[in-house]
Amino acid sequence: MSTAGASASETSYQPVFTGETMAALETLFERYPTKQACMLPALWMVQEARGWISERAMAEVAEVIGVTPAYVKGVVTFYTMYHTHPVGRNVIQVCTTTPCSLCGAEAVLRTILQETGCEELGRTSTDGRFTVQEVECLGACGFATPILVNDDFIESVTPERVAGLLEGYK
Amino acid sequence: MGYPYPPDEKETVVLSQYFGDEGARSYQGWVKRGGYQALEAALAMEPGAVTDVVKASGLRGRGGAGFPTGLKWSFMPKDSGKDHYLVCNADESEPGTFKDREIMRWTPHGLIEGCAIAAYAIGAECCYVYIRGEFTEPLAIMAKAVAEAYANGVLGEKLLGTGPRLEMIIHRGAGAYICGEETGLMNSLEGRRGNPRIKPPFPAQAGVFGLPTTVNNVETLAAVPHIINRGADWYQGICLGNEKSTGTKLYSVCGHVQKPGNYELAMGTPLEELIFDMAGGMPPGRTLKAVIPGGSSVPIMDAEDVKGCLLDYEGVVERGSMLGSGGVIVMDDSTDMVYQIYRLTRFYAHESCAQCTQCREGTAWTVKILERILGGHGKESDLDLLLDLADNMTGTTICVLSDSCAAPVVSGIAKFRSEFDAYLSGARPPALAAH
Ligand SMILES: Cc1cc2nc3c(=O)[nH]c(=O)nc-3n(C[C@H](O)[C@H](O)[C@H](O)COP(=O)(O)O)c2cc1C
Ligand code: SF4
Ligand code: FES
Repeated sequence: MSTAGASASETSYQPVFTGETMAALETLFERYPTKQACMLPALWMVQEARGWISERAMAEVAEVIGVTPAYVKGVVTFYTMYHTHPVGRNVIQVCTTTPCSLCGAEAVLRTILQETGCEELGRTSTDGRFTVQEVECLGACGFATPILVNDDFIESVTPERVAGLLEGYK
Repeated sequence: MGYPYPPDEKETVVLSQYFGDEGARSYQGWVKRGGYQALEAALAMEPGAVTDVVKASGLRGRGGAGFPTGLKWSFMPKDSGKDHYLVCNADESEPGTFKDREIMRWTPHGLIEGCAIAAYAIGAECCYVYIRGEFTEPLAIMAKAVAEAYANGVLGEKLLGTGPRLEMIIHRGAGAYICGEETGLMNSLEGRRGNPRIKPPFPAQAGVFGLPTTVNNVETLAAVPHIINRGADWYQGICLGNEKSTGTKLYSVCGHVQKPGNYELAMGTPLEELIFDMAGGMPPGRTLKAVIPGGSSVPIMDAEDVKGCLLDYEGVVERGSMLGSGGVIVMDDSTDMVYQIYRLTRFYAHESCAQCTQCREGTAWTVKILERILGGHGKESDLDLLLDLADNMTGTTICVLSDSCAAPVVSGIAKFRSEFDAYLSGARPPALAAH
């Protein structure tokens, strides 16, 4: 129910699951015995379309999947890859778990925080270009330090390589 | 082979034969290399006979627990009238482990073939491949290979045009180590939080969607076509140590070695050969201090434990640790053991699903105490406190993540106590700013 006090973002929410996206989700429904099993795929679709998953989007997913919005929130917040806040145009995940730490991952992380201007973990740079996250093992420990920039998995990053790599992300 | 390095002559190359060979990735390329012959051979057998071959081969689960694969398959009910599921566990998130990733990147059809054979053996018409969300490249390669397999009549209504139906669905995870635990994975697949479930019921009775399910690791399933092609005796014969551990195993070697990568070895190969010969040993001038041989969840070995250790399930246990997933983390004498143990416990505290008190509280407190020690404010009693906590965290929870956090603490204090003492006495300056 919309009230006079509802925020602009709430009243102007454009649903994700229309047209082709809805059709894609419906195709997925056929591949699982329950609709709820499409929860993670549906959340990925939202994040691909919007960059992050807002409360309104969670409510929309709840409706198409057939669970409560609170349930969706519980699921979303369980997984580290779903963003529940707006993020920069490029999200960088840096592994610093033990095997990478042994090979100097903390220095890579520090350099990335400086070069992006983010300074702090989880903060978006003032130009909106980057958000940096420290993550646990990315499953590429022999190629320390791996980072994930959006969907690009980049291996063997050293502090020296950082500036050059960031060039490619506007 | 020692991907990304050329194969070492001490390797026994089976699963990794085509690592680095882009031609093996496509359906046509795979068929040219003898692909899908094993599936054809399996379909000519009774499902139970396929399971028997795998049983006789001695193949054990490569996901960490080492459970005999054929035996696991034989737990699936027969003629239950229910739908059965196969789940391929490609969540690979255990620190130190990066082998399943290479299997998916280079030989996606080999994995699909292994899944198809396993599904046939257990009577499953549907296989979900659960791949961790960060593996963007393996996800894309697997999705393409599955589409090719459908287009070429391997998957779908009739396996290879003659067998039963098999649907294969790639499912993307979203960042949670605990979804690698098989019951956490099943909850995640069902669209829930990835909390592990209490067993029993076991997956073979009531697994994903409450139906009979077998969960197997990528490397386990990828070994199956080779076993069908070359026979149980051949596989069982790949054994240098003892007959309970057979076949080849992929070891991911990382940390302080000159040639980190994946090496495929016959069971029973000495750990020292892997670290010093194949992986090139420590950087010049450095000596070995510690090894975590089976992914971060197993006890730490010191240099003495490594001497003469044979890499198979029993050999590593004899030296006080476990083979686990085969992620070998090597640490040289420059390593601050207290800091690295702390870093490991931070991993577990972050990844705890938080449903068991001992795990949720225990991992958090362990991190806090280690932070205090590293910050120069530790108390003499802290080590006993850590051990006491570890004791409470072991064998008391729904899954073994809690035990995994305790393992490096207990083994670390036992073997590297002087490094803890150096922080406690102030002989070593604080490594962390006080909190
Ligand atoms: C905390 C935890 C994490 C796990 N992570 C993985 C994983 O990432 N990949 C995997 O194959 N098995 C993992 N396992 C083991 C699985 O629960 C399960 O034993 C395995 O997938 C079975 O396959 P296998 O018999 O072929 O080894 C994990 C277990 C625990 C307790
Ligand atoms: S031991 Fe930890 S991770 Fe495992 S179920 Fe309990 S709280 Fe979750
Ligand atoms: S520890 Fe960094 S990728 Fe595994």
